[in-house]
Amino acid sequence: MSTELNLETELAVPPAARQRSPLYFAWRRFLANKAAVVGGAVLLVLILAAIFAPLFTKTAPDAQAFLTQSLAFPSAEFWFGVDDLGRDFFTRIVYGARVSLTIGFAAAAFSVLIGIPLGALAGYFGGKTDWIIMRIIELFSVVPSLLAAMLLGALTGGGFVTIIVIAALFGWVNVCLLVRAQVKSFREKEFVRAAQALGASPWYIIRRHLVPNSISPIIVGFVLAIPLAMMLEASLSFLGIGVAPPTASWGQMINVGMNFMFFYWHMAVFPTAALAITVLATTLFGDGLRDALDPTLKGR
Amino acid sequence: MILYIIRRLLSIAVTFFVVSIIVFLMMHAVPGGPFDGNDMPVSEAVRAKLMAKLGLDQPLWVQYLKYMSGVLVLDFGVPYQAPGETVLSLLANAWPPSLLLGGLGVLIGAPLGILLGMAAALRRNTWIDYLASGVATLGLTVPVFVISMLLILVFAVGLNWLPASGWGKPERWILPIATYAAIPLATYARYTRSAMLDTLNRPFVTALRAKGLSERRIIFQHVLRNSAIPMVTVFLPMFIGTATGSIFVEAMFRVPGLGSYFVSSIENRDYPLEMALILMVTVAFCLAYLLSDIAYAWLNPRIRFGEQKR
Repeated sequence: MSTELNLETELAVPPAARQRSPLYFAWRRFLANKAAVVGGAVLLVLILAAIFAPLFTKTAPDAQAFLTQSLAFPSAEFWFGVDDLGRDFFTRIVYGARVSLTIGFAAAAFSVLIGIPLGALAGYFGGKTDWIIMRIIELFSVVPSLLAAMLLGALTGGGFVTIIVIAALFGWVNVCLLVRAQVKSFREKEFVRAAQALGASPWYIIRRHLVPNSISPIIVGFVLAIPLAMMLEASLSFLGIGVAPPTASWGQMINVGMNFMFFYWHMAVFPTAALAITVLATTLFGDGLRDALDPTLKGR
Repeated sequence: MILYIIRRLLSIAVTFFVVSIIVFLMMHAVPGGPFDGNDMPVSEAVRAKLMAKLGLDQPLWVQYLKYMSGVLVLDFGVPYQAPGETVLSLLANAWPPSLLLGGLGVLIGAPLGILLGMAAALRRNTWIDYLASGVATLGLTVPVFVISMLLILVFAVGLNWLPASGWGKPERWILPIATYAAIPLATYARYTRSAMLDTLNRPFVTALRAKGLSERRIIFQHVLRNSAIPMVTVFLPMFIGTATGSIFVEAMFRVPGLGSYFVSSIENRDYPLEMALILMVTVAFCLAYLLSDIAYAWLNPRIRFGEQKR
């Protein structure tokens, strides 16, 4: 922007109206989306509950402290009742949030770590590189992810880290596609051309210019990868090949609750509701973020 | 177009072999073998003999070539968990329940979703629009076993209207079909709404209105047809995904379908069954994507695949 033009605009509008950054408008759009704000607030509460779980729960999550009151219904003392092995169910649900959120965020982080370089490479170089990466993505889209995850789970014996790796293995595809599209559209812009003319290496251009310019799809890809990973964890734990039993996992609790639901409804209702609310809140937050950061994508 | 289809078929063949090699290696890399289970312990000698009989003592690449040469003539081997049958006959018996429930679920869910999406697009920002978005978000985010659980809790445990699980009588099919219908319903509500809104904003709709066409004719004859393309193309992959049965829905409602074999074949190291299941689902998805791409080109003459390069 030339200085002349700046002067003109300053004369035209009163000095009170500052120039707003795009981020400000994104924030305004986000706040206008009620569902997304509620989703974000619920997610925040869940994160805080997961972090500060030991402060407001009475026992460790796997302490069988109430064996004599096994399967007790919800009451003032046990908010969500007691489970079949004499553990306070509220405690287990809260610690379940820890498992779910840790796996969700860690898997999303790894998805982004795999997806950004591959997406940037495919988008920047095109041609053969793009072809190879797109074939790999195609492979991941035709093999049912749950089946492959089950096989991988059996291969490695399940467990916390394995699930994060599996979820990242299937989560990077979306991030990669988003970054690829963005990089592709920026590749021919003048500032990239200028950098190339000045002799910048492809690696430098990608790191310095293209990835920072793809920050909004990356954020969107990150947030939307979280619920997918949480769902995968719950599904695997539900099938008994996820997080190992003493650790509290909602998927596992739903599986156990299924056997008790006709007589002890609380065993099924609370983990089901917890999982549904968490996944829903995260998705609404992510959708809102996407609409706010990139209004052209709205409703897709 | 013919050239395009041939190219795609070749790429599907390559995908098929890559998937088969990866799955085969992964399958055999899983520790343990088919006769290590505790329910039927066998002595070392018997096990060695069984392994030799099934060819499991040979090098992996020999086993792979043997199995795949069978697959090429549609011989998927004999499942270890039911030696009296072939994999094909086992799957032929297990598939109908999955196909019935899943297929009905899609056939019921998809039209309902389209209606909901249409209503949402035509009455934008009213309660029906919010209802449609709510249903769409719920159906696409909440895992199916949670949906099944909620349905069982409400209709079987709470209201006691329907049986919670089982097979045989048609009233036992209602809840699983409702669960299966949730995903197509949500997907279609979402797609239809956005496709209809896109089309409604195009200039030709204004032109039609200016010409004095009735709103009903505009909607059904022009807008709906123009927004039908994405709806047609998502149908087949979704149908395959649902009609092969969901492990979760079938476990929750105790349906004797394909779903349980996905789990049991992996758990029991039933290699032929495992390979057959994964390969069949993969091929089904590849073909579904190919067919919907062809349908897409056919419905939308602006797309020409031959010139797609660059």
